[in-house]
Amino acid sequence: MGIWTNLSAGLRGLFRKRKEEQELDEELRDFLEKSTAEKMRSGLTREEALRRARLEMGGVEAVKESVRAASWETRIETLWTDLRFGARLLRFNPVFASAAILSMAHRIGANTAIFQLLDAVRLRTLPVKNPQEIARVAFDRRGSRSGNFSTRYPDFTYAIWEQIRDKQEGFSSVYAWAPVQFNVSPAGEVHNVQGLWVSGEFFETLGVGPALGRLLSTADDQPACASAGAVLSYSYWQQEYGGRRDVLDGKVTINRHPIPVIGVAARDFYGVEVGRNFDVAVPICAEPLINGENSQLKSRIGWWLSVMGRLKPDWRVERASAQLRAVSQSIFEAAMPPQYNASNAKSLLAAKLVARPGGSGVSDLRESYAQPLWLLLALAGLVLLIASANLANLLLARANAREKEMAMRMAVGAGRGRLIRQLLVESLLLAGIGAALGALLARDLSRVLVASMSTEQAPLFVALRTDWRVLGFTSALAIFTCVLFGLAPALRATSVSPGLALKEGGRGATQGRWRFGLRRILVVSQIALSLTLLVGALLFARSLKNLATLDPGFRRDGILVVDIDFTARHLPTEARRAFSDELLRRVRGIAGVNAAATAAIVPLSGDGIGHDILVGASGDAPDDVPVAAFNYVSPGYFETLQTPFLVGHDFDEHDRLGSPNVAIVNQAFADKFAQGKNPLDFKFRVRRLMKTSAPYQIIGVVRDTKYTDLRENRETIVYSPQAQNEEASNDAQILLRSSAPLAGILSAVKGTANEADPDADITFYNLHRMIDDGLLRDRLMARLSGFFGILAVLLAVVGLYGVISYMVARRRNEIGIRMSLGADRRSIISLVLRESVLLLAIGLTIGVALALAVSSAASALLFGLKPHDATTLMIATVSLAAIALAASYLPALRASKLDPLEALRHE
Amino acid sequence: MTDTSATLVQGTLDMLILKTLALEPLHGWGISQRIQQLSRGVFDVNPGSLFPAFRRLERAGLLECEWRTSENNRRAKYYSLTKAGRQKLRSETKEWERQVAAIARILQTAS
Repeated sequence: MGIWTNLSAGLRGLFRKRKEEQELDEELRDFLEKSTAEKMRSGLTREEALRRARLEMGGVEAVKESVRAASWETRIETLWTDLRFGARLLRFNPVFASAAILSMAHRIGANTAIFQLLDAVRLRTLPVKNPQEIARVAFDRRGSRSGNFSTRYPDFTYAIWEQIRDKQEGFSSVYAWAPVQFNVSPAGEVHNVQGLWVSGEFFETLGVGPALGRLLSTADDQPACASAGAVLSYSYWQQEYGGRRDVLDGKVTINRHPIPVIGVAARDFYGVEVGRNFDVAVPICAEPLINGENSQLKSRIGWWLSVMGRLKPDWRVERASAQLRAVSQSIFEAAMPPQYNASNAKSLLAAKLVARPGGSGVSDLRESYAQPLWLLLALAGLVLLIASANLANLLLARANAREKEMAMRMAVGAGRGRLIRQLLVESLLLAGIGAALGALLARDLSRVLVASMSTEQAPLFVALRTDWRVLGFTSALAIFTCVLFGLAPALRATSVSPGLALKEGGRGATQGRWRFGLRRILVVSQIALSLTLLVGALLFARSLKNLATLDPGFRRDGILVVDIDFTARHLPTEARRAFSDELLRRVRGIAGVNAAATAAIVPLSGDGIGHDILVGASGDAPDDVPVAAFNYVSPGYFETLQTPFLVGHDFDEHDRLGSPNVAIVNQAFADKFAQGKNPLDFKFRVRRLMKTSAPYQIIGVVRDTKYTDLRENRETIVYSPQAQNEEASNDAQILLRSSAPLAGILSAVKGTANEADPDADITFYNLHRMIDDGLLRDRLMARLSGFFGILAVLLAVVGLYGVISYMVARRRNEIGIRMSLGADRRSIISLVLRESVLLLAIGLTIGVALALAVSSAASALLFGLKPHDATTLMIATVSLAAIALAASYLPALRASKLDPLEALRHE
Repeated sequence: MTDTSATLVQGTLDMLILKTLALEPLHGWGISQRIQQLSRGVFDVNPGSLFPAFRRLERAGLLECEWRTSENNRRAKYYSLTKAGRQKLRSETKEWERQVAAIARILQTAS
């Protein structure tokens, strides 16, 4: 009964407020009347009786207030009143309100945007049915595999996948998949889209339905691959086909092979890889057809597939893992590559298969971006803290002005708690509007963030959605900041004794030392935090500069890379070589091309080849074989990239298949293997995929260069003539150097390539641009942390300026007296500056300590400098101090220009 | 007056109000006087706690009220017990007696 009666009575009270108030009024008046009458009967005058009755009652308003407090609906009502009152106050101070709201909106927006990205990359589960049941099959850390690794997740060979499919017990079904780039242009210049190889179980296991047509099933993924069809993603269908339904009648060309389109996947399904979306999915059985002789499917040493599955209802990941572990050996034995020697086989058999939770998908992005994003979130959080401190300072100043209002309200019976509540509601109003605007802003900000993380080669796709986690985060932020900047001023504003405040003259009582102390503390913490941010920003900026200006050992400017893809051409190896040689010859003839050469690996492209090095011209391989990086290049490669020779000479046309093996090595290789002896006398053999080569003669040593990554240490590199490379390659690359603008050269090369073969799949890119794309993460960190750092410094300086100006205003009188007693302008200036120097010194000291404590979190992301870099700390400290002093010089100057008479009259 | 009156044990005011209303409906002043008289001046109930208690009990459905014209021709709000109020009074009284007896026993043995 209680709740319902209470609720309905409360609601009635809410709607009949006026009547209820009248009744309460009347009831209390009646009580007072009767009490007075009683007292008059004992012989008092009416006036005296009334006075006593009132005294006994203790104030009609106070009683009313406590009656109101006894019923819940008044809480809502006071909240509403507070909100209205707060809104009115904000309307009266539009400048203050809009400044506060905008600054909050920005900070909250930035925080939310970064969190949204983190949420999408790190926390969210896949858009499939019951994602918590999805698990990924993986290798534990033991053992090792050798062979050809391709795709982003080269977990398994096709033979191992078949074994896993047949021998696993923990999953109701498993599927294999691999990301790939498909060239969908029917002829001419390459147009790459994001493709997926999927086994027939893929869509069914994930529980993804079609938006149009049908999806691939096990019937489509049979060895004969008679009915191979392609499934498009919803977004690709919309974008490329405008959502037309007749897409089902057409075909999509994949690496020059037309494949019929059989359906479109459900709208929100982007694949199982977070950070990328797929455009076209094709059954794995079509791989030999599409890749031709480079097919991985039949190769037992081609590692290219990833395997995931849906756990059976009563199986947990641990149990599935144990089962996989138990059958691992039989799986590997059955799928053992025939090319493996005993030691290869042993290390493969030492490995074990396990299951890992896969509900949030697979992502290489997560590893590279999760930490930077957390760090950015921390930086954005610090800025929010500083902004809150600024707002707290503003509110403190406002509390000063409202002191009398508070005192008056307390005098007429408002409780302190009630007033604090009202002030907090005002802050909440600011924070709430700020957060709402911030959430709107966050959508655009996170889109900008995603765009700045994408490159042409690797477009980033993040399904940005505002889910409950993001909303929760934003509202938590709003409440947090509100308490942060609203509570202290509210406590201060209401802690004055009403009598004192009302008695005080033009100046408030809260101007006491403590109040001012709070503002100082706020400024000191702002300085400390902004120094930390500034140090962070400088660290990232300098790290980026180190990377961008690092000498990779070759020239990065003016190099154009021409990539010829042979995948769809079905040319024999010899014809491929002939074609690229011919193209190279023609490219060298183009006016403006200073030098050109072919290379199997373009440095810093992320691609790499590694082979075992066997020291000496003969003898058995030791157990622990060193590995060196390889590149197959044509004569002129070093000339093109301007890598100088230290000893020896370049390859020439006599180094062909059949002539003795020759190699050029870099200095790191010479240092490691020749060990002080003449490297040209050093002989070695190469073991490629279990085959040992004839001895190599070193004919030259070149300067060290970076191979796959600017951050790597000295990599040992072997260059071997392209002509002596027996392995067939899917593509050939021509690098050319030109001092002319690359755009002009590019069109000339295009023309030349067209002449040579109009059907060649050719793509172009700028080496410098490609290297810069590799620094994306560093650039993102440098830019954003720089932005936050500048923002933080600005906020801190504004805060310091505010406090110093306030101090000058407060000490006007004193300054006037000093001046009339003969103090000169300089001593007044130094009087004021002393204050700011003190604040600054404390803030900077704390800031340095803080920066030292937290900057190690960034150490993994820095290049070429330690997180505790003394120069960086110095630069940050000095520049912050200089800006801050300049900001406090203004009020000091103003103080020194005071007219003493005026200042004294002011009192 | 205030100095001679004892402070009420926490939560007993509600019970006292219910008890005074068990006999007949009364208005606020009447209830306060009745409590004072029945306690022979030991309890002097402050309007500041009395009226919030009325509101509370009313909301809990233990009291109901009506406006009547009192002796001096003014409207006054009369409170009376509801059925639930009577039940509550009975159970509260029983509980109170149990507790008082228990405390009395403890005090006797302790001395």
